[in-house]
Amino acid sequence: MRYAIRQAGASRSFPQGDGFLVAATPDGEIVLHLGTPVQKDDSKAAILVELGTECLGVHTGEAAGTEGSNVLGFARYRNGSEAPSPLIELVRQPNSTPKAIAAATALFEEAGFTVVVCADQAGRIVDRLVRPKYNDALRFLDEGLATAKDMDVTCRLGLGYRDGPIERVERGGLANHYDVTAALFEVYGTPAYAPARRAVVAKQRRDRS
Amino acid sequence: MSKIRTVAVCGAGGTMGAGIAIVAARAGFSTICYDVAMPALDRAARQTDGFFAKSVERGKMSAADKDAVLGRLMRTTSLNELAKADLVIEAVFEDLSVKRELVGKLNNICPAHTIFASNTSTLSITEIAGASGRDDRVVGLHFCLPAQLMKLIEVSPGIATSKDTLAQAWAWCEAAGQLPVKTQDKPGFILNALLIPFNNDCIRAVEAGVADPAGIDAAIKIAFGYKMGPLELIDLIGLDTQVRLCEAFHPITLDARAAAPPLLRRMVAAGWLGRKTGRGFFKYDGNAMFGG
Repeated sequence: MRYAIRQAGASRSFPQGDGFLVAATPDGEIVLHLGTPVQKDDSKAAILVELGTECLGVHTGEAAGTEGSNVLGFARYRNGSEAPSPLIELVRQPNSTPKAIAAATALFEEAGFTVVVCADQAGRIVDRLVRPKYNDALRFLDEGLATAKDMDVTCRLGLGYRDGPIERVERGGLANHYDVTAALFEVYGTPAYAPARRAVVAKQRRDRS
Repeated sequence: MSKIRTVAVCGAGGTMGAGIAIVAARAGFSTICYDVAMPALDRAARQTDGFFAKSVERGKMSAADKDAVLGRLMRTTSLNELAKADLVIEAVFEDLSVKRELVGKLNNICPAHTIFASNTSTLSITEIAGASGRDDRVVGLHFCLPAQLMKLIEVSPGIATSKDTLAQAWAWCEAAGQLPVKTQDKPGFILNALLIPFNNDCIRAVEAGVADPAGIDAAIKIAFGYKMGPLELIDLIGLDTQVRLCEAFHPITLDARAAAPPLLRRMVAAGWLGRKTGRGFFKYDGNAMFGG
């Protein structure tokens, strides 16, 4: 499937030189916007907008739950500054067209990604679910529940995880964790998403440098 | 060096208790398996025999070693038999009053040096110890399921637990071939404090229409390289068990994320308890799994 990329600035999903960027064509049935303004075009099978922490509705507008077209959002999951994962979260709206969803899914799967379709909610699937857990772990560390090493070992041995929450959130960057949780907290307003103290410290240090 | 020679397991007719008894006996400790009903102990004994028979088949141990391990296991429904124990590990029903009553009775049976350990996953060690008459000799030893395979033990001293008790319990874990990690006596310790709210968040994401169960599990597995998705794990744990964990955890923490989500309660009411009933977030037909 031919696809075109309209890009301004760096993409979190496809770093410079990524094979997916290289394989793009000047025009195609699908257009991906990586940092460029969305232009509606009903003649395309799908128009895909790379999302950061914002919702797709920021780009398309919303209409009391009836929004949706051939414009979809997407993000390749990435733990902060770590390399992107093979997961593409494909964001749909209530009336997104099945044809656009099918086309976008086929495009990414042909490129070797795993696609999961999700609703246009803050944090999509992964950040919505794991950021509160990182906040918990960081709070437990402050409260002396256990050492960082013991929390990580416990999750690896007790749950079979590849890594523990502290090592993972630190690898991705605590300032990045601040950015993501602050964005989620703005939407959900629940304590689970309020940035943990250590993330606030990291963000403030970043601001000073 | 562990001073402990004889270990007793209360609730040894259950899955967790039977696994703990295997850990103790396999490491060379005389092990008393206690439960209130002999049929439960007999069933656990058959499962234990089968477990070690597989170990022999796989070349992990000799038949003679298997016989020696089984010879170290003794079954009883008489609490008085626990008078011989240096360490009693309770893995009875996760109910504070049940555990408090048990340690109170044990205090009148066991010698002064006997350490009482609780395998509780959510309750306070200090609250359990408060009914023991020996709160300096009570400690939390939280094993992971299946105990006979998982090395991790969360070791939690209560507010009055002595340094010597903690040191002995720690040494016993190591002597039993386990990996102890120290946690404070706080609800859920490390594992459940992280897992119970996270699992509930996953259920709420299904309820909120973020994605279907298969999508949520796929996203987490791919993003993190997990072998099992969170909703598949809840199906394995049992949805009724997740409700019970919430009911133990939420009143203590008052964390809204620890409260059982309405969808979870509806599924339990419908008899969708997970793998054991063939339906939870997914449908199960034997070992085959279908999207729910």
